[in-house]
Amino acid sequence: MNTSGSIKKALIEWIPAVAVTLALIVAWEVLVDVMDVQHWLLPPPSVIAAEIGDSFGFLMKHARVTAAETLLGFSISIVLAGGLSSGIIWSRTVERTVYPLIITSQTIPIITLAPLLIIWVGTDITSKVIVIVLFTFFPIVISLVAGLRSVDQEMVDMFRTLGASPFQIFRKLMIPSALPNFFAGLKVAAVVSVIGAVIGEWFGSSAGLGWMMKIAGGQFQTARVFAAIVVLSILAMALFAAVVATEKWMLKKYPPTANRVIRLGDS
Amino acid sequence: MSQASHQQEFSNNSNVDSENALLKVSCVGFDYDNASILDDVSLSVGRGEFVALVGPSGCGKSTLLNLISGVLEVREGSINTNGLVGRAERLGNVSYMQQKDLLLPWRTVAENSRLGLELNGVNTAESNERVEKLAELFDIADVLDHMPWQLSGGMRQRVALLRAVLPDNPVLLLDEPFGALDAITRRSLQQWLLNVLATADKAVVLVTHDVDEAILLADRILVMAPNPGRIVADIEVNVEAITNSTDISTSPEVIQIRTGILDLLSRQEAVR
Repeated sequence: MNTSGSIKKALIEWIPAVAVTLALIVAWEVLVDVMDVQHWLLPPPSVIAAEIGDSFGFLMKHARVTAAETLLGFSISIVLAGGLSSGIIWSRTVERTVYPLIITSQTIPIITLAPLLIIWVGTDITSKVIVIVLFTFFPIVISLVAGLRSVDQEMVDMFRTLGASPFQIFRKLMIPSALPNFFAGLKVAAVVSVIGAVIGEWFGSSAGLGWMMKIAGGQFQTARVFAAIVVLSILAMALFAAVVATEKWMLKKYPPTANRVIRLGDS
Repeated sequence: MSQASHQQEFSNNSNVDSENALLKVSCVGFDYDNASILDDVSLSVGRGEFVALVGPSGCGKSTLLNLISGVLEVREGSINTNGLVGRAERLGNVSYMQQKDLLLPWRTVAENSRLGLELNGVNTAESNERVEKLAELFDIADVLDHMPWQLSGGMRQRVALLRAVLPDNPVLLLDEPFGALDAITRRSLQQWLLNVLATADKAVVLVTHDVDEAILLADRILVMAPNPGRIVADIEVNVEAITNSTDISTSPEVIQIRTGILDLLSRQEAVR
């Protein structure tokens, strides 16, 4: 009784989200038909769905390549960002040295860098991983530094009066306190990591959804381009959902000091 | 033998008052942003003695505790806690319960309580044993596996106090430990604190702006004045007379002391 009630409640809560998505898809389908748009210019959702069905194996093969690149790049970013933010927190010298370099790295237009990367390291996975890392480590570093800095000074003093070493304060107080900020940055990074993979593939590769879009686009197989976009979105959403699930699990284990969800619209 | 000669040497170098002092603050001053927060503060607290610091906000009470505990560096004067003179060596060797309970939300009551032991390398089994030994006395035996958000304000303060005293340092500092609690919880915790500390044999310094709390708990009350923070009076409290009286707030002893302190404090207000 209780569970069926809560399932019913969850379904009701999801109705607006599903309805809006369906309405957009239907509007797209109808408008393409009514305005008589050529399918090579803009295919309707039904044609895209058919294309996904027809070339499912092909799509999955390339999605696997892109997924592998994304996961590798994303993981390297997390490790790199963890190291950099710890260094920034630990010493002012590291902060002064590293911060300008990090910001400079973000001002490089990656579109211009990507072709050079292909020349430097070749068309294998390395060039894609570098592009993904360039895209993703910045939001993680910024959020992690903010998180580590958000620690309550009175808590730090309490640890010190109990005889804690700086490393103990870092591990037992600052890292748990940084988790909410860290996951905020991680969510941004998860979504852009997929874009990084596609850009990397665009400029030189022989596989992946980005490569597939480029080839199909050149041949005016627009439905295939959209099919790849759909799969790419699903990939990004899956990665995002994985981060959210990890966040939920971690924050249950390490609840933040203020853990109320503020939502102004709900009663 | 060598210990005896050391004792001899020690008593030769100190006056009668500070001979047994576990905490000795000598001529301490503290400036912040060109403003003098503390000026020429001296006090000593002996073993088993409970001293209360009373004064208006801004008189540097909390700063003084931060200096004693080692959170702040002493730049003027000197502080000695049981032979420890340097700031670094006092950190971790002076028990300090801050105003807020500062319980870590991701740790259970037991895990919060044993934090100080854990940070000093005491293994989990032994520190858990020490927590359990005191849990009954601290009235938290039933909630050891609870999370802080499940506790009432009074319980949180008891856990914070247990965390502070578990490392068993000879000097205990209490900064408004019951400041955030309602009057009834406050009264019962004050009574409870007296029982807990009765046999502890520590040098205790309590900071409060509640004069009645100071009279009830302390053997001696130091009245502080602001701008700059300094000690203006040192008042002995006859503990026997007070704890034996049925109603604390109306006993003549208490009224006399309270009037004296309030008079001192209001005179400071007038000067300001």
